[in-house]
Amino acid sequence: MTPALSIVRPGLLTTIQDLGRVGHQSLGIAVCGALDPLALRAANALAGNPPGAGALEVLHLGPTMVVEADDVRVSFVGPRATIDILPDVAAIRGRPVETMRSVRLRRGEVIRIGSLAGGAALYVAVEGGFDVAPVLGSVSTDIRAGIGGWQGRALVAGDHLPLRLTSASRREESRIAGLDLSLPAVVRAIVGPQGDYFSAVDIAAFFASTYTVGAGSNRMGMRLEGAPIAHARGHNITSDAIAPGSIQVPGNGQPIILLADRQTTGGYPKIATVISADMPAVGRLTMGAKIRFESVTAEEALRLRRLLIEEIARIPERIEPVRNGVEAVELAPKLSDHNLISGVVDAGDWIT
Amino acid sequence: MPPYKVLTAGDTALVIEFGDAVDRTLSAWVLALARRLDDAHVAGVIETVPTFRSLMVYYDPIALPAAELIGRIEALMDGVEPTSATGRRWRLPVCYDGDLAPDLDDVAARTGLTRAAVIDRHADITYHVYMLGFLPGLAYLGDVTPELMLPRRDVPRIRIPAGSVGIGMAMTCIFPRESPCGLHLLGHSPVPLWRPQNGAGAGALLTPGDQVTFAPIPRHEHDEMAAAAAAGDLVVTPIEPAKDAA
Repeated sequence: MTPALSIVRPGLLTTIQDLGRVGHQSLGIAVCGALDPLALRAANALAGNPPGAGALEVLHLGPTMVVEADDVRVSFVGPRATIDILPDVAAIRGRPVETMRSVRLRRGEVIRIGSLAGGAALYVAVEGGFDVAPVLGSVSTDIRAGIGGWQGRALVAGDHLPLRLTSASRREESRIAGLDLSLPAVVRAIVGPQGDYFSAVDIAAFFASTYTVGAGSNRMGMRLEGAPIAHARGHNITSDAIAPGSIQVPGNGQPIILLADRQTTGGYPKIATVISADMPAVGRLTMGAKIRFESVTAEEALRLRRLLIEEIARIPERIEPVRNGVEAVELAPKLSDHNLISGVVDAGDWIT
Repeated sequence: MPPYKVLTAGDTALVIEFGDAVDRTLSAWVLALARRLDDAHVAGVIETVPTFRSLMVYYDPIALPAAELIGRIEALMDGVEPTSATGRRWRLPVCYDGDLAPDLDDVAARTGLTRAAVIDRHADITYHVYMLGFLPGLAYLGDVTPELMLPRRDVPRIRIPAGSVGIGMAMTCIFPRESPCGLHLLGHSPVPLWRPQNGAGAGALLTPGDQVTFAPIPRHEHDEMAAAAAAGDLVVTPIEPAKDAA
């Protein structure tokens, strides 16, 4: 029998993601990929995978999955989460597992991931990875295009997600210590590309305001709520390309940060662009989180990018063996009613 | 050399902007630079995305500092000719019939043309592929004749089938897959615009710079071609290959 994880409950939005489908945006193909690539890399390191292997991205509320393999090594990296290992599907209670570590699970055991606390995205990697075919060099799920990942869509109950390995390698389990996956209070951005569509006063107000992450945010874009930004030259531009982290300002003046699943092109002016080093942290933000933006220069962005690369390089040295019998119990927070699925971001594209 | 602006889109992308309009000349400059930059295989450039009026250049700022990339682009701009190459020419079948053309009567009423005249005005134009975007393989074809220029529908449709052919403002599109859509639907093409599993160019039939005309076909022919396409047997080839610059 093909080794697999059998999905009993899919969670709110569980997809396979890697570091993205790069190189085909000129054909309208979105990049996609993990919202928090730092956490993805750490999850893969704990599972013994290459850094960019495909893993499950769990948003807000996790899945329940049955192990259909002799045994499998699974790692969990992200915010605090209620994760239990149940002896079988009929069981109610199991043993809790903390995040930021790997575990080895036997056939028939059940991984039950409840709600996440203090962050939006949890990564669940399996040793050897999932046995899914790359599309254009990536296994990231592109839901809008219906490609990649598992059948081009989020997981649903009844799916059997095939694994590459039938059994886990014999080694100790490990954990990762000191990896900073905190939520940012300040997000750094460079003004432009359409800075000239806003007055100096409005740009200053944008950087002085506090914004709240709003409902209707999803993998395409994070909707922010706060003081509206006025447009100096209207809110329609001739469509151009959309970089990751673009902060577009539609007609209502409420900014939207464009994320992994963003369309390749769109027609709203973009007041500023989040720097690459801050995008993993932006991907962790949950509904209701408060942020403000800080204007930085390209030189500062480059310095911070180098720091992020150093942080990535330090992942292996942060990994240590798990001490036996020490497993913290995390209490379940209230589930946010954050709806990730509805509320497609209106990118102002001419078509819709 | 045309005037252009270099805009910053964060620390990993630059926008080379030639203007702020849908315009064939601007598009020719964008595509000429895209071709030059792609052909130059500059280390540190990750990908380029041509749009109506600008070229987005994604790069790794550690491998290729922005100032150096701008210098390379300046050098490549020197001697660029906007008409130095033409894309492939395509003649794509479209059925403008019955339920495949849900907005044909409405467009006829709005424009004061007969159904036959709407079909004729839509099909009998050589369109330019300005760019691809919104969905994989979705090409923005222009320019629609001024007689057929209409704003988008007041209420977009939640879902239209793959192959739908729509118009809105100066653009027309064939939808590569099911999608929400605010365009006026004039017909349906059996030709798949995107197949991720096979074909060159990452599976997209059209690329920016290609030229497209539409061939009206009767329903029975459409249905035969659609069946062939579903079976993977429909072969669509350009009527003329791309021409390089002299």
